[in-house]
Amino acid sequence: MSILVNKATRVVVQGITGKEGSFHATQCKAYGTQVVAGVTPGKAGQEVEGIPVFNTVRDAVKKTHCDTSLIFVPPPFAADAILEAAEAGIKLIICITEGIPVNDMVKVKRALLGKDVRLIGPNCPGVITADECKIGIMPGFIHKKGRVGVISRSGTLTYEAVNQLTNLGLGETTCIGIGGDPIIGTGYIELLAMFEMDQETEAVVMIGEIGGDAEDRAAAFIKENIRKPVVGFIAGITAPPGRRMGHAGAIITGGKGTATEKMKVLEAAGVHVVQNPAEIGKTVEKALNPRGGV
Amino acid sequence: MNVHEFQAKQLFAQFGIAVPKGKEVKNVGAAEKWAAKLDTPVYVVKAQIHAGGRGKAGGVKLTKNRAEVPGLAKEILGKTLVTHQTGPKGRKVRRLLIEEGAAIAKELYLSLLVDRDSGWPVFIASTEGGMEIEEVAAHSPEKLLKELIDPAVGFQGYNGRNLAFGLGLPAIEPAIVNPFIAMLGNLYRFFMEKNATMVEINPLVVTHDKRLIALDGKVSFDDNSLFKHADVQAFRDLHEEEPLEIEASNNNLNYVKLDGNIGCMVNGAGLAMATMDVIKLAGSEPANFLDVGGGATKETVAAGFRILLKDKKVKGIFINIFGGIVRCERIAHGVIDAAKEVGIKIPVVVRLQGTNAEEGRKLLAESGLNVEVAADLWEAAQKIVALTGKKRKKKEEAA
Repeated sequence: MSILVNKATRVVVQGITGKEGSFHATQCKAYGTQVVAGVTPGKAGQEVEGIPVFNTVRDAVKKTHCDTSLIFVPPPFAADAILEAAEAGIKLIICITEGIPVNDMVKVKRALLGKDVRLIGPNCPGVITADECKIGIMPGFIHKKGRVGVISRSGTLTYEAVNQLTNLGLGETTCIGIGGDPIIGTGYIELLAMFEMDQETEAVVMIGEIGGDAEDRAAAFIKENIRKPVVGFIAGITAPPGRRMGHAGAIITGGKGTATEKMKVLEAAGVHVVQNPAEIGKTVEKALNPRGGV
Repeated sequence: MNVHEFQAKQLFAQFGIAVPKGKEVKNVGAAEKWAAKLDTPVYVVKAQIHAGGRGKAGGVKLTKNRAEVPGLAKEILGKTLVTHQTGPKGRKVRRLLIEEGAAIAKELYLSLLVDRDSGWPVFIASTEGGMEIEEVAAHSPEKLLKELIDPAVGFQGYNGRNLAFGLGLPAIEPAIVNPFIAMLGNLYRFFMEKNATMVEINPLVVTHDKRLIALDGKVSFDDNSLFKHADVQAFRDLHEEEPLEIEASNNNLNYVKLDGNIGCMVNGAGLAMATMDVIKLAGSEPANFLDVGGGATKETVAAGFRILLKDKKVKGIFINIFGGIVRCERIAHGVIDAAKEVGIKIPVVVRLQGTNAEEGRKLLAESGLNVEVAADLWEAAQKIVALTGKKRKKKEEAA
């Protein structure tokens, strides 16, 4: 078991003929993911590394029964691409694109409300179930099938955490980059609930950052609903207020959303909070073996 | 992107939101000329900088005597204002807004932003105008009203009525209830059409002659949407930005200057913040945030070095790269070439992890450059802190 994606997942890549789209479609396929279709308007009939290209997601769904979409469409057109996938019956949409206008995401999120579709991202590295299915831009080789679920707002910082888990022999189940933007499709809470139900996942790592109150809401949820150990890290304890730290969502406004405050709230909810990002793996190990035994 | 108050007010006026009659001036002569055109009992001279708290810092002056306007303009222009939002260095005043004063009966607070939880735009309103809204939120949260706007249908009359009656406007001034609701609609239209991420009017005033006026205006725009709005882009004021940050953005790098002395260069925003944090945990302070992006190349690394070295406070550099899709030996070549090109005399620690990391570290170690390599994040942070600390000690001993 795992969450969201597995060996059976059938992927369509929107924007597959672009530089990034073709590179990562190929990488995902090489990892073992079933990349069954690509979409670029006007390029139907072409192939990318043996993957057939269609003009529309609707055509791709009809011909290949794909159920999951991976989006590399440039920012001004990404909202359109997400809505197209949803309308065509795709159930899981993973949007990598960085720099989508906030108002576009406001409209997309509203349009998806109540529909049987899940959006991950945008501005995220994607989703991977170790040794089964990689749908995103993360380096596959650092992942190893194991016991820990990972949820993160960041990209390379997630790789850092995964690398530690793999090196300690703990391994991962599924790792999800939820995205660094202020408006994202899926937050911590829904994914925490899925990991709690997943039989293979024994612990969850959540990596947050400054800005917003998503971690605070997750803390309240964890306290009430999650029995598996959760290890948390919040990046940006040294970040000054009012300055956007790379991600559009990573900004402390009106004294709210500081790393210190978030760590305090998580700690109070029973989360194993890590101060030093170099110790994420070790902290998971301790949380899984509180008495030091195996 | 942030804009000046006078720019925000120009845009408000375009969307039918009443603002005081005023004009931006850059010198005393222009201030005098414009004041002569105003017919008002009170003249207001306001410093235009991208920071709040101007009044307390002496950047806002009122006078009933038109003849005093040039003197006040002279006093504020060129002055460096230090407020709670400028940092200790403060901001130099280069522009003024000269406008008519208002006969204030009541001050309200109004803002519009996107609620991150629901993803819907939300109005925040209060009868406690003129105060810092964070203080109102902390001391009397019951006086803050929130109204979510469904983006599928946009602003509706009921949204306006919920706020107007919720605030008790009929008791304050019945004549402004409908203008208030109309103004909310205009503000929503402005927010969506111009891709603002935050609009704040504090105070929004009710005048003795029963008018509703935006006496102040603070607007931030979505950087990702600026390509749609040439008029908003033209409002960018480079004087309000850190020169090194401008240079970084010209090189497609994401850089924020901080006050410490260890410069850091990292791929990815989250890892960049985490790297700053480990520098602090290891006992020093980061000089900056610098994200060179997912695919660090020789060019981006060289540009990063140049920017870091221009900050004279920087005593050591910590490069932390997690090679995912990018291979570490390529990054190592990039660092070696860039270091030779730029010429670096301060300690550098490079931590490489990920694809071909070992090969990359070997290349760096054998490059003949004065570069320490590391595999582990914590080890690398301790190394750079120790290297910069030692130097400081030696200097102190010599002194």
